[in-house]
Amino acid sequence: MAGETSNPNFLLTTLEKGVNWTRTRSMWPATFGLACCAIEMMATGTAHYDISRFGMEVFRASPRQADLMIVAGRVSQKMAPVLRQVYDQMAEPKWVISMGACASTGGMFNNYALVQGVDEIVPVDVYVPGCPPGPQSLLHGILTLQDKIMSGEITRARGLIV
Amino acid sequence: MSDESIPQDESLEAQAAVEASPALELPGDPILVELAAAFPSVSFTSFEPLSGPRQDTAIVDRDELLAFVQAVKDAGFETFIDLCAVDHLNREPRYDVVTILLSMEHAKRLIIRVGVPGEDPTIPSITSIYAGANFYEREAWDLFGVIFEGHTDLTRILLPDEWSGHPLRKNYSVGSVPVQFKGSFKSS
Amino acid sequence: MSDTTRTPEGETPAPAADRPADETNGRLDADGRRREHEIWVAGTEEPDWITNATDEGAQEMLPRDLDPAVSVQRGVTVTDDYLEEEMIVDDERQIINMGPQHPATHGVLRLHMELEGETVRRVKPIIGYLHTGMEKTAETLPYMSGGTNVTRMDYLSPLNNELCYALVVEQLLGVEIPSRGQAIRVLMTELNRVSSHLIWLATFGMDIGALSMMIYGFREREAILAFFEKVTGLRMNHNYIRPGGVAADLPDGWEDDVEGIFDVVRAGLDDYQDLLNGNPIFLDRTQGVGVITPKEAHQYGVTGPIARAAGINFDLRKVFPYSGIEQYDFDVPLGKHGDVFDRYLVRTEEIRQSLRIVEQVLETMPGGDYRTDDRKVTPPPRKRIDESMEALIHHFKLFTEGFKVPVGEAYQAVESPRGELGMYLVSKGAAKPWRLHVRTPSFATVQSLPVMMTDLIVADVIATLASLDPVLGDVDR
Repeated sequence: MAGETSNPNFLLTTLEKGVNWTRTRSMWPATFGLACCAIEMMATGTAHYDISRFGMEVFRASPRQADLMIVAGRVSQKMAPVLRQVYDQMAEPKWVISMGACASTGGMFNNYALVQGVDEIVPVDVYVPGCPPGPQSLLHGILTLQDKIMSGEITRARGLIV
Repeated sequence: MSDESIPQDESLEAQAAVEASPALELPGDPILVELAAAFPSVSFTSFEPLSGPRQDTAIVDRDELLAFVQAVKDAGFETFIDLCAVDHLNREPRYDVVTILLSMEHAKRLIIRVGVPGEDPTIPSITSIYAGANFYEREAWDLFGVIFEGHTDLTRILLPDEWSGHPLRKNYSVGSVPVQFKGSFKSS
Repeated sequence: MSDTTRTPEGETPAPAADRPADETNGRLDADGRRREHEIWVAGTEEPDWITNATDEGAQEMLPRDLDPAVSVQRGVTVTDDYLEEEMIVDDERQIINMGPQHPATHGVLRLHMELEGETVRRVKPIIGYLHTGMEKTAETLPYMSGGTNVTRMDYLSPLNNELCYALVVEQLLGVEIPSRGQAIRVLMTELNRVSSHLIWLATFGMDIGALSMMIYGFREREAILAFFEKVTGLRMNHNYIRPGGVAADLPDGWEDDVEGIFDVVRAGLDDYQDLLNGNPIFLDRTQGVGVITPKEAHQYGVTGPIARAAGINFDLRKVFPYSGIEQYDFDVPLGKHGDVFDRYLVRTEEIRQSLRIVEQVLETMPGGDYRTDDRKVTPPPRKRIDESMEALIHHFKLFTEGFKVPVGEAYQAVESPRGELGMYLVSKGAAKPWRLHVRTPSFATVQSLPVMMTDLIVADVIATLASLDPVLGDVDR
């Protein structure tokens, strides 16, 4: 927030910064737990790590109400179309965190069954390494995403329907 | 299970050792001795690990499988535990279908192994005897292509429907994609 | 103003009215992106995509007369006074999907349900959405690293998976584990049982509406995970129990950590039971719901707490003891009715019994080595590597080529928190398994879902599913 004037009750900022700030402070993740990482994602949501400090404790089951998809776990060939559909159903603007080695690269399972990295299906904003990443790692990934949103443009909308 | 209800394996073995014919590879268990007498073509092997119970395997011809499994069930092996296939590739018969049954009353497991030739990978389904074999047989078909005759819904279970091939066969590649490490190639 | 088609009320007219029908059937634009969703209004003629909506091969329900499970399912009836058979007509049946992305399916299970009003008449579980090809991967990993693979199957009880793998390899190898190694194994797996059951309690509570259970269960589990992290270096997926022993000895001061766990978990358990045991809503939603009879459990291979809640007195730790667990004193809790509430009772009591075992391990922890001194599977001690070239080569070869396991086939089962976890290993004398099949308890449990869920109402389906504690990584492998 910049541009404080002599009137103390008056704040000036750009629309861009204001919108980005509101976006970062109430990101609602979709519950997209797949495997081991989902348990750590749940742990992030509970008392010890408390994701609500970042305004994100509202895990939404419906993709329509979510801004952020945390792909937590390995994505199989059978799950890939489902994942893409859930992503398509999310409203813009939307972000994706690829949580863990399996979601990011296929991890140790370089075989016929897994998609070798979820970025083959959906665009990924932040990759969180680890197998599984601890809650602290996930929180770090979330903060990184918030930084990214703050520095981005509000007109950015991937796959915008024109 | 309380300690009293576990049959004393040593005493049973000692008792059966007296009764069993020396031709049998594994004397030991009265149930197995009875089964062996009823099915002369079934051969038994046994594996004694350092710790843990002895593992008895019955090697059954696939034509006899249904009758044998029914007899085993009647002998007290009420719990269905596992069914899987093994691909031996250059062996004849190529596949093994391994069924593991458990008798909680006698605290005993029985492994039933059936050879299935590679050119004609069919085997009778035991879903009519153990309903729990349903998913396991679907899995064995999905991953190995062993056809279970008499199964009502032999479809893909773990892989997508449009998948071709049976990935756990030894001549199906792991399907890994090459991994490029940093610095392994020079960008122009 | 005048050139826009604005109605007097200021509303824009429905845009679809005079839009030219485009060549891509109105669904896709020129770039192939979907522009709008098709909608079918009930009562009009069904378009193809509605008729074929569930036409998905293996993902489809069988015709009713072909469904093999139906005859078994008939054995399960629930007498709810609001379900009146004669009031429901056959053509009111509809098929709905639950999952694979659904908060109450514990991962990516998909249930295909045929409903009659609120009543579930048939269920088909559809699995495979987390199929990772682990049995194939197991064939490519040497025995030494095989544990990294199996530990990711059942990610709520990774140590039990590792234990089973280590035991089945040791069976064929014929090595004996020193008593300290065995005691460490028992300690870790029993603590893992506690943490797994705590997660079950948390998610189970969340699914039936007791949201605070979610917070509490995870809170208590953190105490155990902190200990795991201290011992193994990781919170989950430890690869700590390996063929030949365990990866490292317990850290200094582990006794105090374990005693801290007792305090936290026992106090937590008392709280939960205060909260839940007398709660009328909890009792209403769990008692008499999702029943499985012992006979059906045998048929479908259902083991573990679910079978014990149905009154089957069978615990692998008692019947086929492994890793020296027979020297510890513990009871096997049994239920009577086989319903959701009995599963809750059995699991909470199992937590207490596991803590009892851990307590005894704490008192009687033997000294000595934590892994076998068989040089075939254990690398030479660090000091020897500094002194001797042979030891260095030995160490190198052990971790690059791995050790060879004699030809043979073996089956080993352990009592995982979900039931009988078995591994069938075929070795052809190489350093990698020829075939490793894993008999996972959740696979059998998910298979038996139709038995438990038929003729329940939809809300009870959630309670039943949550009570079974299926781990989809365990089901699909």
